[in-house]
Amino acid sequence: MAPSTSSAITLNINGEKYTLPVDHRTTLLDALRERLDLTGTKKGCDQGQCGACTVLIDGRRALSCLQLAVAAEGRAITTIEGVADGERLHPVQRAFLELDGYQCGYCTPGQICSALGMLAEHADGWPSAVTADVRPEAEPPPLSAEEIRERMSGNLCRCGAYVQIAQAVARAAESPLGETEERVA
Amino acid sequence: MSATTDSTTMTKAVGSAHTRVEGVAKVTGTARYAAEVPHPELAHGWLVLSTIARGRIRSVEDAPVLGMPGVLAVLHHGNAPRLDGTYTTPFGPPDRGLQLLQDERVPFVGRPVALVVAETPEQAREAAEALVVRYDEEPHDVAFFADRPGMYTPEGAEQGKGDVAAELAASAVVVDARYSTPEEHHSAMEPHAATARWDGGRLDVIDSNQGSRWVADELAKLFSLDPDAVRVRSEHVGGGFGSKATRPHVVLAVMAATVLRRPVRVVLTRRQMFSLVGYRSPTEQRVRLGADPDGRLRALDHQAECLTSTVHEFIERSADFGRPLYDADAHHTVTRVVALDVPTPTWMRAPGEAPGSFALESALDELAEKCGIDPIALRLRNEPAVGPLSGLPFSGRNLRGCFEEGARRFGWADRDARPGVRREGRWLLGTGTAAAAFPTLSAPSTAAVTAEADGTFTVRVTAMDIGTGARTALTLVAADALEVPPDRIRMRIGDSEFGSAIIAGGSMGTRSWSWAIIAAARELRDRLVPGAAVPPEGITVRSDTSAAVGALPDMERHTFGAQFAEVAVDVTSGEVRVRRMLGIFAAGRIVNPLTARGQFIGGMTWGLSMALHEEAIRDQASGGHVGADLAGYHFSAHADIPAIEADWLDDPDPHDPIGIKGIGEIGVVGAAAAIANAVWHATGVRHRTLPIRPDRVLTAGAGGHA
Amino acid sequence: MREFGYERAVDVSSAVTLLAGDPDARFLGGGTNLVDLMKAGVERPARLVDIRELPLGRIDFTPATGLRIGATVTNADLAAHPEVRRRYPALAQAVLAGASGQLRNMATVGGNLLQRTRCGYFTDLAKPCNKRAPGSGCPAIAGEHHNHAILGASAHCVATHPSDMAVALTAFDAVVSYETASGTGELPLTDLYPPVGDTPHRETALPPGALITGVTLPPGPLAERSRYRKVRERASYAFAIGSIAAALDVRGGVVREVRLAFGAVASRPWRAREAERVLLGGPVSAEAFAAAADAELAAAEPLPHNGYKVQLMRNLVVAVLSELAEEASR
Repeated sequence: MAPSTSSAITLNINGEKYTLPVDHRTTLLDALRERLDLTGTKKGCDQGQCGACTVLIDGRRALSCLQLAVAAEGRAITTIEGVADGERLHPVQRAFLELDGYQCGYCTPGQICSALGMLAEHADGWPSAVTADVRPEAEPPPLSAEEIRERMSGNLCRCGAYVQIAQAVARAAESPLGETEERVA
Repeated sequence: MSATTDSTTMTKAVGSAHTRVEGVAKVTGTARYAAEVPHPELAHGWLVLSTIARGRIRSVEDAPVLGMPGVLAVLHHGNAPRLDGTYTTPFGPPDRGLQLLQDERVPFVGRPVALVVAETPEQAREAAEALVVRYDEEPHDVAFFADRPGMYTPEGAEQGKGDVAAELAASAVVVDARYSTPEEHHSAMEPHAATARWDGGRLDVIDSNQGSRWVADELAKLFSLDPDAVRVRSEHVGGGFGSKATRPHVVLAVMAATVLRRPVRVVLTRRQMFSLVGYRSPTEQRVRLGADPDGRLRALDHQAECLTSTVHEFIERSADFGRPLYDADAHHTVTRVVALDVPTPTWMRAPGEAPGSFALESALDELAEKCGIDPIALRLRNEPAVGPLSGLPFSGRNLRGCFEEGARRFGWADRDARPGVRREGRWLLGTGTAAAAFPTLSAPSTAAVTAEADGTFTVRVTAMDIGTGARTALTLVAADALEVPPDRIRMRIGDSEFGSAIIAGGSMGTRSWSWAIIAAARELRDRLVPGAAVPPEGITVRSDTSAAVGALPDMERHTFGAQFAEVAVDVTSGEVRVRRMLGIFAAGRIVNPLTARGQFIGGMTWGLSMALHEEAIRDQASGGHVGADLAGYHFSAHADIPAIEADWLDDPDPHDPIGIKGIGEIGVVGAAAAIANAVWHATGVRHRTLPIRPDRVLTAGAGGHA
Repeated sequence: MREFGYERAVDVSSAVTLLAGDPDARFLGGGTNLVDLMKAGVERPARLVDIRELPLGRIDFTPATGLRIGATVTNADLAAHPEVRRRYPALAQAVLAGASGQLRNMATVGGNLLQRTRCGYFTDLAKPCNKRAPGSGCPAIAGEHHNHAILGASAHCVATHPSDMAVALTAFDAVVSYETASGTGELPLTDLYPPVGDTPHRETALPPGALITGVTLPPGPLAERSRYRKVRERASYAFAIGSIAAALDVRGGVVREVRLAFGAVASRPWRAREAERVLLGGPVSAEAFAAAADAELAAAEPLPHNGYKVQLMRNLVVAVLSELAEEASR
């Protein structure tokens, strides 16, 4: 007997429960955008190569375009719509706004969700590809410009707002880079 | 709040930093882009693209697909509504590439051959993938290389004066070098998307584009509709860079909505974007420079080649770049083109100037090396007093100021000109510079400004904000023109109903739209009687700048800039890292420093990406791309982008109402050359082929010539 | 993408039983490769068995038994684990050099080993590919191959294995454990990937329906002095064009122990045994390192546009071994 190709599922998104039937092919990204009218999560490539669809799943950043909705049942999903506290912007959002860490805005929700996940990873002491010494005995790497850039590299921005994005992330992290513009000259 | 204007209030919104007026919507995810406006009864269209590079469709076997779950229609050349192709556009003949599903001809890989419409995106996608299309294939030709057969010189693509051969022969120092740039793609983060529906006899379209009035007009012509019966809205647009004109997705969405009489959405996939929304042609360029020992140019000869499709002619005018930039006794620039079995290229951020400046500004650096003089001094030695070819005066020219300020801040004076002598661990270090120039254009636009009874002002203009910050800049312009604070302005853009206006392109949007807004606002201010109440319907003044723009005197109008870069090169791994960049620009009055900085730095980021990363690869056997996705087509990621600083000189345009020029593209120009020149300075090797990939660096090594 | 059934497995035996009964079924881990390939039409499973909730998410280390990594451990958790970072730094570095933060949070160790090539012909259904459609040809050989294999390829396929993690695991003599409906088994990682030959579509030596349950790395101090270096065409979020995992033990100016593996040069992570053999017991010098690299790369058969990889790997061997030697001498 052919297996059923759809299921009724309940998704936990931004603390709310949404029950819906889904075609198993439906990604979390499409469920958000096409079924639940949560269009803040963006579809830039639909194949895990741009980061625009970044959400937090169980507190960790993940790509909703490669996450099947049916497989996301039972997990806590946070989208850009759940980042602000009501009308009050999250510090990361405020930094993006004030430092112009975006242009067209299409990669922005993914950048912000990624930044939230990244800051949590850093707070947990995770090293990165540019961390000189990954051993746990080494000092945790400070959130330098280089660390921010490497850790945010899964979020492409075609407008070329990387400089301002890195600065906004640094400000939200209360790193010195966020307070003064990095001078090259 | 007073219902009148207070003429004593002097605001200075223009020139001070303002965060984006739509910023909160963008950082909270509430800004809706074209694929995000819900509609009841929405159906989903999925494109089926050709898999051969040249030939004819023999059959579209739609019957099995029509029986698949949820499938509503399969549109193809045998059943699609007819389109008109006899109209003209503001930019010349129409792109015949928009004559979609009209005949069985296949001119390139990735041409739409069918649209499958279904109830859900998943059903549409599966059905589109299942559709069998049979072809009669013909031999194709997609090979682009220097001086290949079939190159021709399009009208207006050649300019010159003097005798190049004679001046080269008389030159003490000659550079004769060839440069190559690859096919590059805009790759806007938001894929092209449109939702089309009929609403009581009117066509209502939500589309991602760079000119909603332009798209509306073109749709009206294609579908033989009354222009007033078409409305196109584009509130938020996720990047364009030249790719978001009238594109197949919107034409096919309208077609399907017309056939099915229900709303239809068509969204391009990332892979589809590589053949459907244009790209920058690859170029082959030859630059010959002849100079006296002191660097004075006797001859400047820039010959560029590019490709176009067999469907529509588009010229990547790389050789135009040098026309206003340097004087020479003999001055010759020409761009040639060949038509191949490939998609049609199009404008892409700094079209012509981006590849052209890579070649010419690299060649200037080579000449400086040969003459033994500083690259900046060389450029300043060849500053023209008037347009080298036109003889017209410059409306403003501050290249010298850009270089002087840039050199001071970058620390250029301390530079050891010798290549390959600085090392830091495994990295060789070098610095480079290049000049930038970009035309300053303006185009007629209309705007309407309404004084509302509540004391606010509503501005309606078919401006587009594709990320440039135009919505915010125009708000500041309107505020100053009306002499009120910006928070009393409601800026409405991106709706074809607001009237005719230039597209967001050519770095002329903000200048052209501002002009129209200022004209309407000033007249409105004159009409408002101090102390008198504004009627409930408000008072509206409309403007049209056609006459004013048409009356601009003939001049050489350009923005200028000086680009600086420092790179680190590991010749044992081939890795190149840009360590810092500085750009100083003379680009007119800066309306909003916060967002303007983003435009300049964004352009410079594009230049870095072009220098090191971007390259679409065409498979000669199939005629299609290999790796047509964002893992195969790299543009710079966060980790590639160092501290980049941009600043500007006070440089108001004397003929613009408030001095605006344009800033969207100048940042790209010269940036790749500055990096390539820095790579030479680091390694002693000239890289004349972009991108400067690790394998190329590794193979070239250090100290030789690539 | 065609329709498919979905089931969540709760234990390993039911997972392998589900797969044994359905040749069109696939295990779903993080989905970062499989879901992408399903969208591209390269993978067309009729049923997915979700294994993410299987009890295979542990990392255990003892000095006696070494490191045991459960198959559903995410790349991110692997790279963050203190014992991995302390005992096998090249493994942490390799994982961190791969993909992006988001993908590392999703991708699993088992899936990483079984991920499929990123060859642009393989992922494009409109083009021939012997790996995807046996017998259809390999257009990369006469076409675009500047990032294809120089070692161990064949006239039928020149694709590379894209994993960074697997390169480090290969250097460290990893052993893969698996389970099928009829029992359990083990394979050295170097034997997981069969030679390309004329069967490039046969990508693993696992029996049909097998589920990778974990990976074991032997204990020993050598791995503590290890390093992974990756070269790619942009600074991050890109697959390698060449990479190396190396561990080196130097005593008395002589190479006492060495491990070398190359990435992005072959259809599998390439254990450089010939180089190791040349190095062992020999002097510690750039010349010796280069000679060892040359010995390994003598077997290279570059194509017209990927010959640079020979030089690149040679340079990486010299650079990384020199760095490790210098650290050892401090």
